[in-house]
Amino acid sequence: MTLLDLMPFMMLAPLIGSGFVAVLPGRATPWAVTMLVCLSSAIIAAAVLAETLGGATMSYPFGNWPPPIGIEYRVDAANAFVAFLVAAMAAVTLLWAPKSVAVEIQGRHGTFYALFLLVVAGLLGITLTGDAFNVFVFLEISSLASYALIAYGQDRRALLAAFRYLIMGTVGATFFLIGIAFLYMVTGTLNMADLAERLPAMSDNNAVRAALAFIVVGMGLKLALLPLHLWLPNAYAYAPNFVTVFLAGTATKVALYVMLRFAFTVFGPDYSFVVLPLSTVLMVLALAGMFAGSWVAMFQIHLKRMLAYSSVAQVGYMVLGVSLATLTGLTAAFLHLFNHALIKTALFMAVGCVIYRTGSARLDDLRGLGRQMPWTLTAFALAGLSIIGVPTTVGFISKWYLVLASIEAGAWWLVVFLVITSLMALYYIWRVIEAAWFSPRPNGAAEMREAPLALLIPTWFVVSLNFYFGLDTRLTVGAARAAAGALLGDGGSAP
Amino acid sequence: MKNNGILRILARFLIPLILLVGLYIQFHGEYSPGGGFQAGLVFSAGWILFVLIYGLKRGLDAIPLKAMYVLSAAGVLIYALTGLAGVLLGGRYLEFSDLLSNPQAAQQAGIIIVEFGVGLTVATVAMLLFTLFARRRQMWDEVLDEQALNDEEDSA
Amino acid sequence: MTLLGFFNYWVVVTLMMIGFYCVIARGNMIKKVMGLNLFQTSVFILFVSAGKVVGGSTPILRDGVEVYSNPLPHVIVLTAIVVGVAITAVGLALAVRIQEAYGTIEDDHLGDDLDDDEQG
Repeated sequence: MTLLDLMPFMMLAPLIGSGFVAVLPGRATPWAVTMLVCLSSAIIAAAVLAETLGGATMSYPFGNWPPPIGIEYRVDAANAFVAFLVAAMAAVTLLWAPKSVAVEIQGRHGTFYALFLLVVAGLLGITLTGDAFNVFVFLEISSLASYALIAYGQDRRALLAAFRYLIMGTVGATFFLIGIAFLYMVTGTLNMADLAERLPAMSDNNAVRAALAFIVVGMGLKLALLPLHLWLPNAYAYAPNFVTVFLAGTATKVALYVMLRFAFTVFGPDYSFVVLPLSTVLMVLALAGMFAGSWVAMFQIHLKRMLAYSSVAQVGYMVLGVSLATLTGLTAAFLHLFNHALIKTALFMAVGCVIYRTGSARLDDLRGLGRQMPWTLTAFALAGLSIIGVPTTVGFISKWYLVLASIEAGAWWLVVFLVITSLMALYYIWRVIEAAWFSPRPNGAAEMREAPLALLIPTWFVVSLNFYFGLDTRLTVGAARAAAGALLGDGGSAP
Repeated sequence: MKNNGILRILARFLIPLILLVGLYIQFHGEYSPGGGFQAGLVFSAGWILFVLIYGLKRGLDAIPLKAMYVLSAAGVLIYALTGLAGVLLGGRYLEFSDLLSNPQAAQQAGIIIVEFGVGLTVATVAMLLFTLFARRRQMWDEVLDEQALNDEEDSA
Repeated sequence: MTLLGFFNYWVVVTLMMIGFYCVIARGNMIKKVMGLNLFQTSVFILFVSAGKVVGGSTPILRDGVEVYSNPLPHVIVLTAIVVGVAITAVGLALAVRIQEAYGTIEDDHLGDDLDDDEQG
């Protein structure tokens, strides 16, 4: 059995696994099986990433029908990078899961983990497939499962958040479907490689322009790009902690990948960024997102909600890199895609630990907690350094490459914006640290113990990854550059 | 609606016909219009009509809730394992031509099996959705009844 | 091409706008879900009408017919309908749960609850 034969099982294992997990009784068994499935997915993803980094493209035809007729999975460095991120994050966050899920979800956990596996399978399917309509189907599989997961939240507002997300998410996915319908009507094919071949000949066609617009707006909704981000803060704030931890690290990243795949591979950078003003549009929205997201985050009193708004800002950083449409810009976008997953996962894990003990994520209830839960809040502070962009953290690496890309593109004024939003990040992280370490514990507040090791160890693991990849950047920068190269079509040669 | 003669007689004619049409669409799906999804929905529509006339309890006597859960998972597994058979025989996922000696017959057989899985899942999931919503209503009615009873006791 | 030549597109656009309006302007969650359904249905019509070949027959293999309509959009729409059914089911299930938790499914009455934690 070759690696190519195994490649689709990265997605199929969680998909088939969810059917089994759904009927498993109890709590420990479903978790164990889920962990096993996600681990095997992550291992396959790592092998595929290693294979494609050199510039190879893997194509797997389903049912052995040759690609333009059948559905193919087409993997180059760009997909492999995102797929590895999703699979690895699934495995890492699962390590953190059992304690947290045990208090938040009543009864047996089979259905919960089955839904989680469906989300993983959907996200991996989106990244791996080379068929435009297949993207829509997997998008809906992952979205539907995540609506249900969010509705598991203990607060009754989780239901409202899930419903709003359902409405906005479905509108976004339907926009994407309209875009695909236009593409299909003008070209008669749904295979992305085929589309890329046929589209340059009809760049004057209005339907093609409309298709790009619909796809970008649809994915912008899923991505939580600024004016379309309204679903995100509530969904992240009221979902069960484990769900927030996982979705914050992966869901928006996959949407960004789809947008990139269509803008660069299917339509081609010349069309999206030279003929049409996508670059300007994205840059304005990205800058607005960075500012508005950070600004609103500065005044939040609910920790998860604050981090969610910070996510809106971080999506802005990624899109900013994309809008430069250069190799360095795209590298910065992919780099931040990976790094932000590490940062936000660590931050949400630390907040999850606090909620596990205190049952509250409000800033007021955090006062003076630093001395009672030192390990948890130190982890939060260190991950906070990373989101601010202090050297030796991954956040610094992302911003460094964004600065390089801006200067290279002659847009040095972007650096000013980057510095200002970093200072805003410093402010909202500082508020938490100040409350936790420099405020006295209110009178009558209960004594809190440190979070259990089962939660602390995975949290510290992700925090240490933040520093490891902040110091040793060969792996991440190399992979990000290969991914960017694959999208720009120069064979993904590593430097 | 059990007591309405017209409905009962009509349903008695219609339900077997609907179920039959469902099966027809299922087993002609591989070569002519039809297939598991449509068949499953038509089949479950027959069952839902039965429930509307005779009540949920008798509907669940015919197909218990637990059976629905198990069958819906089984349908997905039939699909997935048939696809896996292609891989085990050295081909691609969902490749059927190696299942039998004649590749065309094998393709047809593969599609029939897969569509059967789809039909099973769709039919049971549609029934499940209906049942879950209907039972929710029933639970509410019971809660309301209880409240009404309590109120009466209070006032008495 | 006359205006009538784009008949199918007019239907699609009209349906889409009705559905979209319903999603945005209606506070009732059931109506929102219905609007969403209408919105999706318009896209299905867009797909199906794209598959029609003028003078083509139904895509069933038989004697004496040379021109067939394109069956692929139908398959796509079938899949999209399945997705639509699933979304409707999840949306309605959420609406039922919201009714149980809040006693209402009018979005206008519920907005304040979400904004509780907005700012301090």
